[in-house]
Amino acid sequence: MNDRQQTLWNFMWEQKDKLVSQTVQHLGLTFTALVLAIAIGLPLGMFIARKRKWASGVLGFAGVLQTIPSIALLGFMIPLLGIGARPAIVALLVYALLPIIRNTYTGITGVNRDVVEAANALGMNKKQVLFHVELPLAMPVILAGIRTAAVINIGVATLASFIAAGGLGEFIFGGISLNNSNMILAGAIPAAFLAISLDFLLSRLQKLDMIKLKKISFVGLVLILAVLGYKLWPLMMADDDHGHDVSSIGAKLTAGFTPEFMGRQDGDLGLKAVYGLKIPTRVISDALMYKAAYEKEIDVISGYSTDGRLKAFDLVVLKDDKGIFPPYDAVPIVRQTALKKFPQLEAVLNQLAGKINDATMIDLNYRTDYLKQSPERVAKDFLMSVGLYKNPRNGNGEVLRIGSKIFGEQYILAQIYRMLIEGNTNYQVATKSGLGGTKICFDALVNDQIDFYPEYTGTGLLVLLAPAQSLLKEMGQDKEKVYDYVNKAFQQKYQVKWLKPIGFNNSYALMMREKQSKAIRVTTITELKKYIDTN
Amino acid sequence: MIELSGVSKRFGNTQAVKDVSFTVESGETMVLLGTSGCGKTTTLKMINRLIEPDAGKISIHGQSASDEKPEMLRRKIGYVMQNIGLFPHYTISENIAIVPKLLKWTVEKTRERTHELLEKLRLSPDCLALFPHELSGGQQQRVGLARALVADPAILLMDEPFGALDNVTRSEIHVEFKALEELKRKTIVMVTHDVQEAFDLADRICLMNKGEVVQIGTAKDLLYRPVNDFARQFLDGARLALEFKCARIKDLWELLPQPATIRNDAAFSKDSGGIKDRFQSADLSVWLAITYFNFTENDYVSFILDNGPGWIKTFNFQELSQAFYRYQQQNIHE
Repeated sequence: MNDRQQTLWNFMWEQKDKLVSQTVQHLGLTFTALVLAIAIGLPLGMFIARKRKWASGVLGFAGVLQTIPSIALLGFMIPLLGIGARPAIVALLVYALLPIIRNTYTGITGVNRDVVEAANALGMNKKQVLFHVELPLAMPVILAGIRTAAVINIGVATLASFIAAGGLGEFIFGGISLNNSNMILAGAIPAAFLAISLDFLLSRLQKLDMIKLKKISFVGLVLILAVLGYKLWPLMMADDDHGHDVSSIGAKLTAGFTPEFMGRQDGDLGLKAVYGLKIPTRVISDALMYKAAYEKEIDVISGYSTDGRLKAFDLVVLKDDKGIFPPYDAVPIVRQTALKKFPQLEAVLNQLAGKINDATMIDLNYRTDYLKQSPERVAKDFLMSVGLYKNPRNGNGEVLRIGSKIFGEQYILAQIYRMLIEGNTNYQVATKSGLGGTKICFDALVNDQIDFYPEYTGTGLLVLLAPAQSLLKEMGQDKEKVYDYVNKAFQQKYQVKWLKPIGFNNSYALMMREKQSKAIRVTTITELKKYIDTN
Repeated sequence: MIELSGVSKRFGNTQAVKDVSFTVESGETMVLLGTSGCGKTTTLKMINRLIEPDAGKISIHGQSASDEKPEMLRRKIGYVMQNIGLFPHYTISENIAIVPKLLKWTVEKTRERTHELLEKLRLSPDCLALFPHELSGGQQQRVGLARALVADPAILLMDEPFGALDNVTRSEIHVEFKALEELKRKTIVMVTHDVQEAFDLADRICLMNKGEVVQIGTAKDLLYRPVNDFARQFLDGARLALEFKCARIKDLWELLPQPATIRNDAAFSKDSGGIKDRFQSADLSVWLAITYFNFTENDYVSFILDNGPGWIKTFNFQELSQAFYRYQQQNIHE
């Protein structure tokens, strides 16, 4: 335990510059969105408190906005606002709106009607009644809404890293992808601390004697938030403007890499070390990266070579001519205890061995990602086409648990395996799809929460085993050597066996828009470097 | 002077007020009396335009109420309500200063007037820095009254002003209220559902039912000359008490025993203290006069008439009730 703390603090100390800038970005995003949400939500709340017939419509609409999943909301915004701080702030604003509007409305309508009547009867006009009576008396409720919105925003702001807006999410999601607990904690602890302290500060403000403070405190709060937002804005946008400038000139290219890619030896680090590639880079979520490339927000992305979106968004893979991306052959990995418990399992899983090549996998992915066919249907169609499909036996044997990571290809593979097992054995199958990143999936396997899942040799090697550099160099891009190494190491270290490879290699790949690639004549990473250096 | 003519108000399908007309003379106290839902509060609120009438005319001091901005109109009309409606986030002094502030009085003028009112309403200046929730119900009621009176409006509207008080406190307040110098010159319209309160405080009563005026008149008119069964039945529950309240000793003066029966006892000696201490005023209602009797045959009380012949009469409870009985007979047959 002591050991671990040491390394966490070490990590945070080493990364302190990044940590500070991420925290600043995080607060900047939160406060800017909060100020805007107050600026919109408060008047809107006051409006519907006056015109009650609008209330259910406005509150209902804000409620619907609240239920949009954050990643989907960010996705909607790329065509409108691009990537970076702007769409992130708009998304945060959308989530902060409901609590503020609702509490303003509830606060004002909840003011004792006798007091309002007295105010009218004494000869106050509408404005005086609102500012001297209704708002001061509703203030504790309104502040509670702002407090809720602030805490929601701190949480949702971690997702800003998905669209290159920075914030503590960079560490959190990078850490999850890279199986780096220290990195996760270095993002999560400050984020939690920010949420708790902001909540605490606002709760103190709320408890102060509102009766005595009256509107002063509220004006003060808005001012503080506005100043903070204003101060933090340039810091936050610095990254952003830079990116925009270069892409608008068109002379230079911008890269959008996932947090995972940024931290990996076979990712950004390797690109710099081996190719000497120097490209303005923004961190972006895997889910939104392809779309952002398609929308010309970024030019070069760190995609996966079998991704269906290659086909959907007209992207091409740049050839890795110096070989920094190790092979990522897809292989089902199984706990050895599960192989004993389910004796027929290995043979059934191996039926798929060698059946799916890169092109087939891109096509299958394209069908789910772009044609929106369900993974079940794609899996069934595929098995029929290769003659492996059998009707389920509906057996009542033991329950086998299949895991998958949270992206399309893994869902399809999980479904294919389910159909194979149900068609060939009497085992019952439970699929646990969408288990986050590598770390979550692998932890689930080792801790007996699932029995097997499809993993990639490169991931096993670099993320889970992380061997010495010398050993990596020796293995290079040799598929067999890598496979043998991980299989042996996993059996020893984790009692997990790698079965036969499925056939396709889903490695990292740099990719860009096909049109642009042709226009600037860049087809390999070396050509990309040359192009960047000369322009 | 307040004049309503043909005033009506409808809420959805309910006709809350229907063709109401009456005049309140300057300095008069008019009580709108009726059960809940009879339209009396709606009628009251139309006078200061908290509710706008659908039809009819309301004029104040001969000027149409609708000619002026509602908030300007209201600053000239005091308003006291059942639930008081003090601003919980304002201190007592700030609560009282609301209207002066709207009228842009100087701080000094406001302060002086506030202290003057506190004295008249028997409130301690210590309470000025407190918040409403720190005061008792009765004190809050006085602050509510002070707030309504601070700008010395000629007109005062009161919506069940004593509704939140218990019965004992209420009759004490009635006496005190009647005696308030500050209120004597005011034109007052008060809403109540309590018949006794109406009789205690009203110069004239406007009895309402289902949004319409049933009868307008003095307490005596309502008691002895009801226009219909509704008016009669409305008072029946408390008839005896009302009759006691309605009649003053001086009203029965002729029916009481002649001065010849004055007992020449020690009590009548001019040496045994001031006359005023020993004699009760004939202005008292029978209701209040009764409280001075012990209900034994030998218990005599002396009453003094301010002017006129036979200015002192002394009688026991039995003689008083006989006189009262005959007085009732006279009124009924009038």
